[in-house]
Amino acid sequence: MKLKVKEVEFGYGSVPVLKDVCIELAASEMLGIVGPNGAGKSTLIRCIDRILAPQKGTILLDGQDIKAMHQMELAKRVGYIPQTTSQVFPATVFDTVLMGRRPHIGWRSSEKDTEIVLAMLKMLNIQEFAMRDINELSGGQQQKVFIARALTQEPEVLLLDEPTSNLDIKCQLEVMDIIKNIVVEKRISAIMAIHDLNLASRYADRIVMMNSGKIFSAGNPVSALTPDNIEHVYGVEVKVANHDGKPYIVPLKPVEQNGSGN
Amino acid sequence: MTNSNETITETKDAEIKAEYKKFVGRKIIFILICIIAIFILAGIAATLGSADISFLETYSTILHKFIPTYFSTSWLADVCVWNLRLPRILMAILAGVGLAIAGTVMQAILRNPLASPFTLGISAGAGFGAAVAILLGAGVLAGEYLIIGNAFLFSLIPTFIILGLTRYKRATPETMILAGIAILYIFSAATTLLMYFSEPEAVKEAYFWMVGSLGKASWDDLLPVSVVLACCLVPLMWKSWDLNVMGAGDETAKSLGVNVGRTRVLILMLASLMTAAIVCFTGTIGFIGLVAPHMCRMVIGGDNRFLIPASGLFGGALLLGADTIARTIIAPVILPVGVITAFMGGPLFLYLILRKKKEFW
Repeated sequence: MKLKVKEVEFGYGSVPVLKDVCIELAASEMLGIVGPNGAGKSTLIRCIDRILAPQKGTILLDGQDIKAMHQMELAKRVGYIPQTTSQVFPATVFDTVLMGRRPHIGWRSSEKDTEIVLAMLKMLNIQEFAMRDINELSGGQQQKVFIARALTQEPEVLLLDEPTSNLDIKCQLEVMDIIKNIVVEKRISAIMAIHDLNLASRYADRIVMMNSGKIFSAGNPVSALTPDNIEHVYGVEVKVANHDGKPYIVPLKPVEQNGSGN
Repeated sequence: MTNSNETITETKDAEIKAEYKKFVGRKIIFILICIIAIFILAGIAATLGSADISFLETYSTILHKFIPTYFSTSWLADVCVWNLRLPRILMAILAGVGLAIAGTVMQAILRNPLASPFTLGISAGAGFGAAVAILLGAGVLAGEYLIIGNAFLFSLIPTFIILGLTRYKRATPETMILAGIAILYIFSAATTLLMYFSEPEAVKEAYFWMVGSLGKASWDDLLPVSVVLACCLVPLMWKSWDLNVMGAGDETAKSLGVNVGRTRVLILMLASLMTAAIVCFTGTIGFIGLVAPHMCRMVIGGDNRFLIPASGLFGGALLLGADTIARTIIAPVILPVGVITAFMGGPLFLYLILRKKKEFW
């Protein structure tokens, strides 16, 4: 196993957000975390990158506890693309991607770092924007820049928080194809929190469905994305069709909630 | 086919590299221009003043200090140029450099274009400390260091409040600025209250302090200011790339291995120290720390590795220019430089806001 999350619990103050969360991630596997707003998807991802410190439980990367690792060491091995980033001051795309080398170098970048940045720009097909200001780009182009930055870290595990939010459908597919290709070609493992169940079904090898801080169901898309599971977790009646061997979810109507929903 | 594709890639890579090199070259040229501008301005400023001393006499006086046998001087020229003008010119450069760099790094760590020593209340704190010393004669140190010691001590109060907020209240950049402005108002009100009940002569001196003036600069003041600036600059330059990374947001910075909390505290401490060291001797000169970084960003972009030295030098030139105008515009009356910087900077800053292409300018 590449990454193991064992019995992790986290809360903001006295409000528990994650309860007894266990996840395993194999090498070169793409894991999709789905669940309604407030289920704890983003919090879990932040815990894995040690941006938040869980109150209980351990997270092991190649059997090594990430709590014992230096922040720089973790940054060399885990890349994270937050849901929203805002660059207040001007920065060129090139300089933004170059930031991904921070865990590897101190102050001056070398020719090798430049080569890595150029290779990433090419891979994501954003060479033409290299010297443009990041704030002048569209949402989809920016997301590609942030993926390029995370890959410039040369991580073994890539964490993505809603990589397709705010993107049009063409961009969504482009971005997801890029991520899928990286996972296969570079043998990187990826965990992504994602709202769109159909994108999750199409691209993830395995799905973890979360509900109020707990894992409700886990497995391949067919076993996890069932009408019963979705109705229970989201409170929405759906029809699950089959498309190329993957479940395709058609939402029908919200279900009247009676009781706690748990 | 593959071959031609590779050639295309190579030329594209070479193109980007060339463009990047050009961009870096532009930044270095800007820095060089600032250095040259400072030397030219200083050279001109030394010859200007209310005393009637000619251009040749000025330089003869300066060179007399180094090679006394070849160059002559007169008593008047010696006092005016060596004791009054030169320390003032050098203090203007140092203060400009320090305030502009403090503003640059504060804006970077708080990710806020409105951050500066002035808007975080650090200058106001120092001003109040000075007012207490001048008007009440009370302070921690006695004698000639009374005013300076007090200014320094009180400038640390806003710093520690803002640091405390980041530490215990998880303050966002926005709340920090709001807290800074609240502190600024409290200190200004306290200073006004003090002045209201004081002797007219003391009030005039305290007022001078609040507006900011370089008139008190002497050779003895230059050493402590330059030592503090040099000591702060080294770690700031060393952390300049981390400042860039923090510009992309706290979460991104953490995921790139930067210890965000510790870096923010360190930078804010250094910036406050620099500000306090300057305000002790000059009073609260506003605007330089706010606008110099913005103007430089417009020309050379936001990379702090170049922006810190560039905006420092630009700030030095700007303050020296402003002070030269303050000394000469209605000579023999010398205006406080803070008035000139405000009159120069206010409209300029408004213009920057109005013609903004992007989010902030």
